[in-house]
Amino acid sequence: MRPLNSPLGKKPRGLFYFLSLFLISGILAGCSRKIDRADLIIINGKEVESLDPAIITGQPDTRIALTLFEGLTRFNEVHAQAEPGLAERWDISSDRRIYTFHLRTNGVWSTGEPIVAEDVLYSWLRVLNPMTAADYAGNLYYIKNAEEYNTGKLTNAADVAVHALDRYTVQVELVNPTPFFLELCAFQTHAVMPRWTIEKYGDRWIHARPLPSSGAYQLIDWRLEDRVSIRKNPNYWDAANVQMNRVDLMPANSPATALNLYLTKQVDIVWDKDVIPAELVDLLKKRRDFHVFDYLGSYFVRCNVTRKPFDDVRVRKAFALVIDKKRITERVTRGGERPVSFLVPPGIGNYKSPEGLGFSPEEARRLLSEAGYPGGKGFPRVSYHFNTSRSHEMIGIELQEMWRRELGVEVELRSMEWKTYLRAQSELDFDLSRSSWVGDYNDPNTFLDMFMSANPNNRTGWKNPQFDEWMRKANATDEPVQRAKYLSEAETLIVRTDLPILPLYIYVGFNLFDPDEITGLHNNIRDEHPIRTIKKRKREGVR
Amino acid sequence: MYFLKRLMALPPLLLLISLLAFLLVRIAPGGPFDKERKPASPEIERRLLERYHLNEPLWKQYMLYLKGLSRGDFGPSLKQRNHSVNDIIGQALPVSAALGISAFLFALGVGIPLGFYTAVWKGRWFELAGNSMALLFVCVPALVVGPLLVIVFAVQWKLFPVALWGDPLQFILPTVTLGIYFSGKVARLMSEGMVKTMHAPYLVTARAKGLSETRILWKHGFRIAVLPVVSYSGPLLADLLTGSFVVESLFQIPGMGVFVINSALNRDYLLIVGLVLIYAFLLLVLNLLVDVAYTWLDPRVRYKS
Repeated sequence: MRPLNSPLGKKPRGLFYFLSLFLISGILAGCSRKIDRADLIIINGKEVESLDPAIITGQPDTRIALTLFEGLTRFNEVHAQAEPGLAERWDISSDRRIYTFHLRTNGVWSTGEPIVAEDVLYSWLRVLNPMTAADYAGNLYYIKNAEEYNTGKLTNAADVAVHALDRYTVQVELVNPTPFFLELCAFQTHAVMPRWTIEKYGDRWIHARPLPSSGAYQLIDWRLEDRVSIRKNPNYWDAANVQMNRVDLMPANSPATALNLYLTKQVDIVWDKDVIPAELVDLLKKRRDFHVFDYLGSYFVRCNVTRKPFDDVRVRKAFALVIDKKRITERVTRGGERPVSFLVPPGIGNYKSPEGLGFSPEEARRLLSEAGYPGGKGFPRVSYHFNTSRSHEMIGIELQEMWRRELGVEVELRSMEWKTYLRAQSELDFDLSRSSWVGDYNDPNTFLDMFMSANPNNRTGWKNPQFDEWMRKANATDEPVQRAKYLSEAETLIVRTDLPILPLYIYVGFNLFDPDEITGLHNNIRDEHPIRTIKKRKREGVR
Repeated sequence: MYFLKRLMALPPLLLLISLLAFLLVRIAPGGPFDKERKPASPEIERRLLERYHLNEPLWKQYMLYLKGLSRGDFGPSLKQRNHSVNDIIGQALPVSAALGISAFLFALGVGIPLGFYTAVWKGRWFELAGNSMALLFVCVPALVVGPLLVIVFAVQWKLFPVALWGDPLQFILPTVTLGIYFSGKVARLMSEGMVKTMHAPYLVTARAKGLSETRILWKHGFRIAVLPVVSYSGPLLADLLTGSFVVESLFQIPGMGVFVINSALNRDYLLIVGLVLIYAFLLLVLNLLVDVAYTWLDPRVRYKS
């Protein structure tokens, strides 16, 4: 057979072939749409699930929904406290149970129609309507008869104690004096939504264009896993103080990509902890544009008190007493988290948490011995379960080692996929379970009420009538000092006396933005940054 | 006739696949509405299940699904609650398809010449280089190739954007990342096919007839040698059209891959079934097209019904 000596080698036909295919790729690329750069681009965390204020639960969703739909109050940009929103002022009765809101007479929808008291009523009752099946309807349960209507015990919406006194006045009667009610009025569940659009388009109302909005911005476009584009609402009552015209909010599935986009100036702000690469926090902390701040979130371990051996408070205490929390925040999380022995994050007005159990291995061993497991002898094999994540696993490994070293007990680590983990936790199918909680509003109640006996978020099996009583008393009083005292008594029960949970640390929040370029963005405990006040300064030499 | 029969088998096959997918997704523990933060009352959860008919017996849910499907309605997404499955597929499929076709062309454009010349220039340095390249392409996963390309071409040299979608320049790095593995596979298939073909008796005959070597290899050899690549192209294209989680996450591309993975993690039952059906449909149709291409490329192949 003849040797095959470069029969085709004279002209590189393969190269031609290759280049023409690339050309086709280029043409294909050319068909894709070209997007103009928005005035401000923000990476907002994971993809939003919905923009309907009645059904959203996640923080990325809330950040966008609140720019589109405002409540009677809105969050102040500095401390995230409630300030007048669609209501310009309000009166509170002497027993602090009746609020009378006076709406702005110049408040109009982005489409020009006036915003009136009936719109507020419709929006709140829509959240409470059982057919809406709103996850967060519980935020309206502070209103008299709201819970009864939402759970079907009352069928007439008119029984809910929220009424329009006239075209621009709304009166609400609460079950208890609720010191955080004005803050709740700025929350998404209390936002004002366009009745006629919802009635016309049903479940797909958010896709209506133009979408009437009551907030500082209006929705232009929403492409899933791509971006939500919003534009300034010229009819907003405070439009004069809205800084940027078009803002794009993008999701990110990869923290490394989010960081690359920021570093190459394709985005201006990254403001969700989920999309900051955890392994780079040490390096990022040295940068001027990396901001670390206190956050309304707590990390702890749930104990299943319905199962042996954690049905014995001495065992729970022993486990708590040997946790070196500082080691966890310094060696694993490394973001500046605060190791604590309590649940409610510091920084909440009028409240200071009681100290829980400290670090005392001798005391722990004594308690374990008393419980029948001297030196860990005879201790059953238990497991610590967590949802799959590198940092949760690292924390688990540290805890496992501390318990083994100090108590002589073996704890198995069980990594679980998110939904499996959640289901196991709510069905009390665990011994010890990694947990965390982020507050909805700036009050200890948002952390403590989940441990009331009937609360679906309790998930420890722990019930204590005394705790329920402290919580009820706290919420029935309008005297702030007395209230704080009751709440502190309640917290003492969970972090010092009964210990259904083992507190570890308080979260910190992270943001990435250049303070020389971005103004009007203030870090606060709620991690709440109204887009309306954010301004991007144009600097020479910067794209 | 054979192909008509194959076409007619599509609907029952898809129905069976939808049933299997519908049942299998329910086996996983946890449900679409399990969240870290449970609603204040169990009543709310109950209403939520009721709203999406998840409280009904499974067979009834499936019947309802089929009813919707017969109208071309894949049902609502249980996670993206403002969007239907149709919305999501309508938005994501064109994006994944554009990236997929581009990566497919890249894989063939690089793989076929590479494999062809590796076989033809046997015994030369190119054989070693070609084989090594193909092996490297197959061995290094997108998870490594992508970040490397980003670091070198986007972060260091600033030739391409680091991520995002919409601009022609944003096509290049994801295309290479997605296509490079397949180009290695195609190259290996092509090379093997070509080596076998070059010794085939009909090529010896062609040479004996005095045909030029170029004509022998391109006209007679290539057509047969490329057949393994063609049969691989069907599933490959289906795979590429439906997106890749790794590449789409890495370059923040709003395609199908992200939804395929997230829908499973979120127990977004109807979205999973919808995506499985689209994937199955593409796979079946493209395999059929491969068989059609076979008859055209290799005159020896004839299908009998």
